[in-house]
Order: sequence, then structure tokens, then C-alpha cells
Amino acid sequence: MIQAVLEPGGDGATALYIVAFSLFIIGVKRGTHPTTAKQGNLIAAGGMAIAVLTTLLLDGMGNWGLIFLGLGIGTAVGVIASVRVQMTEMPQMVALYNGVGGGAVALIAWAEIRHGISSGFEIPLDELIPILFAAVVGSVSFWGSNIAFAKLQDLIPTRPLAVPGQQVINVVLLLGILACCVSIAVNNDDPSQELFIVVLLAAGLLGNMVVLPIGGADMPVVISLLNAFTGLSAAAAGFALDNVALIVAGTLVGSSGTILTMEMATAMNRSVANVLFAGFGGAPAGGGGGDGEERPHTSIGAQDAAIKLAYADTVVVVPGYGLAVAQAQHAIKEVADQLEKRGVTVNYAIHPVAGRMPGHMNVLLAEADVPYENLKEMEDINPEMSRTDVAIVVGANDVTNPAAKNDPDSPIAGMPIIEVNEANEVIVIKRSLSPGFAGIDNDLFYEPNTSMLFADAKAAAGEIAAEIENL
Amino acid sequence: MSLMTEITIFVLAAFVGFEVISKVPTTLHTPLMSQTNAIHGIVMLGGLITLGFADDGLEYVIGTIAVAFGAINIVGGFMVTDRMLGMFSKKPKPKAEIQEKGGGS
Repeated sequence: MIQAVLEPGGDGATALYIVAFSLFIIGVKRGTHPTTAKQGNLIAAGGMAIAVLTTLLLDGMGNWGLIFLGLGIGTAVGVIASVRVQMTEMPQMVALYNGVGGGAVALIAWAEIRHGISSGFEIPLDELIPILFAAVVGSVSFWGSNIAFAKLQDLIPTRPLAVPGQQVINVVLLLGILACCVSIAVNNDDPSQELFIVVLLAAGLLGNMVVLPIGGADMPVVISLLNAFTGLSAAAAGFALDNVALIVAGTLVGSSGTILTMEMATAMNRSVANVLFAGFGGAPAGGGGGDGEERPHTSIGAQDAAIKLAYADTVVVVPGYGLAVAQAQHAIKEVADQLEKRGVTVNYAIHPVAGRMPGHMNVLLAEADVPYENLKEMEDINPEMSRTDVAIVVGANDVTNPAAKNDPDSPIAGMPIIEVNEANEVIVIKRSLSPGFAGIDNDLFYEPNTSMLFADAKAAAGEIAAEIENL
Repeated sequence: MSLMTEITIFVLAAFVGFEVISKVPTTLHTPLMSQTNAIHGIVMLGGLITLGFADDGLEYVIGTIAVAFGAINIVGGFMVTDRMLGMFSKKPKPKAEIQEKGGGS
């Protein structure tokens, strides 16, 4: 059907794979600036097209019907999903993509080991060990990502779900998986396929058990970590298949996931181990205390807020995940437009964990046509805060809590925050005084220069915009 | 390829990856993740090779699913990244009407 021209593992195919992964690296490099990133993405896609065509042209390829069936199904699902997905749902989508990526690697590892067994020869260890690694990490990523998806999509509760003795079970599972892998590797002249399936299933169970106890607010770390895992599993598959494109591309993805994981963990002032094993995000209000008595605070309406904003010179908007939940990004942009019409400078202060995945808030605001130049990172905006007239906090909580800086006993002590309390005035749009994901009271709400506007973020922003227009 | 050659490639790729990706600004981290999802779709090559040389029933099934999964990553990943980056590369609106700086404080 297709004239096969390239010898599997031959120089021609390898050369084309080298072209492909070079294009991936150029593509990611172009992704360092918003104006060139779109072009970079196309370059990377071109590299992928070369890699796929090269593989299809390998000598001896068959089963074309099934190949096109798989390609057709995958393409259809991919096109529909990418066109339909809402920007608020990007974390779910990336979680699913992490999942299918890990699943693909686990399946390929299974097929490879079946090949090895049916050949009747001894499987060399430098092939078998990467296969086992790919199987375990791929299976953990697949099941872990599915749980992460289910949590983000609210299919299962986002609060930590843990069984007693969870850590012990996880350690036993991990040791069991290692023991099975060692047994398979030692018997590499005739490894047991049944044992390999046990490894796949146990790794899947481990993936479930590790992600289930993690709360919703910790999802940025989890998604990034699973992203890194899928990358490493692809690199391992590359070792098993002797394929440079898989090694380089997988390593690229692995580095990206690792960098993002570290950045997210730093932004929450927690170690990755602490996120995975402590089950803190979304814990029931434990350390907070002070329910019962209500502390004094100032409450204002949309009109007062509009006046404060309209007569300011500089305004900083601090959006949080609540803004995404309320779908308030367009309404907030409307407020900013009205303010800019009056000559007010409006910037946005984005905390690294403001959304449910790295950079999520930036995408939501970009969707609402906020120019990316106005999106300021935490380190850049904090020095500006003392010169800011009004900071308006929308759907953010813990990331603005001055207790992180001032109270060494606070559970979030040391977490980097957006220092809104430094601004002349603060307006907080929030439904109630309830604590955020960390389960602790936010001291910001009771500061003398803070005004609380109790309302749904979208409705409140709409009213404020209308009030400013009428001033 | 010898194991040591492969490890050399892996280590060098890790350094390149860290170097390049640490320069990606926070603003673009979500598109970066969906783009790396797409690049991860490279594992579809493994699925294609598995399926292309498969000769028993179970391998047909495993291979077809692996190819479909890989294609979801590739097609979905690159397309959704393109859609997101389109939002960033929109031309900033002409800011002419802003300049009346009269609101005063």
C-alpha cells in the first residue's frame, strides 16, 4: 500500500528522527515569548509530522487497517476535545493528556515484553530494565492522571481521600512492584508475562493511592509532576526501542515537568514530598481556630468600590481561582476597560498558583483580551504595591494572607504572597469571610485599609463596571 | 545504539531541556504544558512500530489503543496549544481612546 523505503533502525530513519527532535527543541525555544510561541508550536508540530511519516515508511510495516483506525480515532478525539474545551477546563485536559500519554507508554512496554518473550531469546537487561521502568511510570501516570482529572472535574470529592495506614500501603505496594521487577529481570531468559501484568496493575493501584489523598489546591504540583513522569516514561521507552526521537522528546517533556513541579512547590513554600504525603490542601479547618467570634471588618457595596477605583491613579487586580470558578474574567476586564478610559493604570498581579495549573490564570485573562504586558509576576509587582492606590482581590485568598509573612506560627508561614496589604486601599470581592483551601483565616480581611465586597465575583464586577461608567 | 550512547544523549537532552524551558515565562506555562503533552505524543512511534509488526490478537488491540492514545496527545495537544497561543498573540488594541487622562485623583 505504501512503498516502504526506510530500514528500521537504519541511518536514514535515524537522521530524520534527529531532524524531528531538533524541531521540537526549536519549537520550545520559540515558546519563550508570546509573539513567537504560536510559530514555535507549528515548528514542533512539523517535527512531529516528520517523525510520524518516517515511522510509517519503515520497511516491513503492516496492519495498515488497524494503524489508520488508531490514527483516525485518536485524531477525531483530539480535534473535538481541543476545539470544545473551555479555558477554565485546561487543567482537566492536560491531566487527561498526561493520562493517555502514560497509558500509551505502559501499553507499548507490555507489547515489547510480549515480543521479547515470544522470540524465545533472552531479553538483554539494557532493554528489559527500561521496559519495566516505562511500564511502572506509565501505569502510575495513567491512573494517577485519571484521578487528578476526576478531582478537577468534580467527579470525585476534591478534598483529600485517605485510608488509614495509607503511607504504609503505598510503601508496601512500591516494594512489591520493585520485587516483581527484580524477579522479572533476574529471569530475563524467560520472564513471566503474568508477573508483568501484576506489575502494571500494582503500579496503577499505586497511582490511585498517591493522588487520591491530594487536595484540590495542590493540583498544580500534581499535574506538573505527572507531566514530568510521562516524559521520563517516554524516554525510557526510547531506551527500550533504541529510538533517539523518543529519548530526546521524552527528556524534554521530563525537564519541563520537573521545572514546573519545582516552581509550583516553591510558590506554595512546600516540598514535593510534603504535597504528596501530607494531604494538606483542602484539609478541614484545623489550625485556623477562631470560628465563633467574628472579627471586625469593613463591608462596602459596588458603588463605593466603583468610586474608590475610579479616583485612583493605579489599580492592581489580584485574581485567584475563585475568578475562574465564577467565570468572572470578562467582567473584570470590563472594569479594567472602564478604568483605563478614565486614565487609571490597571495591572494584574498573578501568583504562580493562582489557578489549578501553572500559568492557568494568564490564559484565562488572555482569553478575556487582557494584554499580556499587563500580567505581572509576583516578584515584579510586590515592589510596586506600596505605590498602588487600590488593590482589588477577586477570588484569591491564601495567596494574599499577610500571615504568611508576619506570623511564623501560621500553617502557611513562609509562603510567598502578593503583598496587597502594602497598597493604600484593598477591596476584596468574596462571597463570605470563609477561609481558603489552607483552612485558615485571612488576616487581610480585618486590616483597617481593607473593604470587603460580599458578592459573586462576576455579578459584583459587572455592577462595578456599570457604576464607574455612570460616574 | 549502545547503552552508553543512549545515556549520553539522555543527559545532554536533559541539560538542553532545563536550559531552554527555564526561559519560558510564567505567562506561557499552560501552553508549555499542553505543547509538551503533544511532544510526548512521540510515543505513538512506539505504538506504530508495535502495531506495524504485530502478529497476534492481543498485540493488535494493545497497538491500536497505543496509537490512538498517541494521536490524541499529538493532535489534541498541538491544536489546543495553537488555540491558546492565538489568544496571546492577538494584536493589542489601539490605545488611542485611553489618553484623555482626565479622571484625576
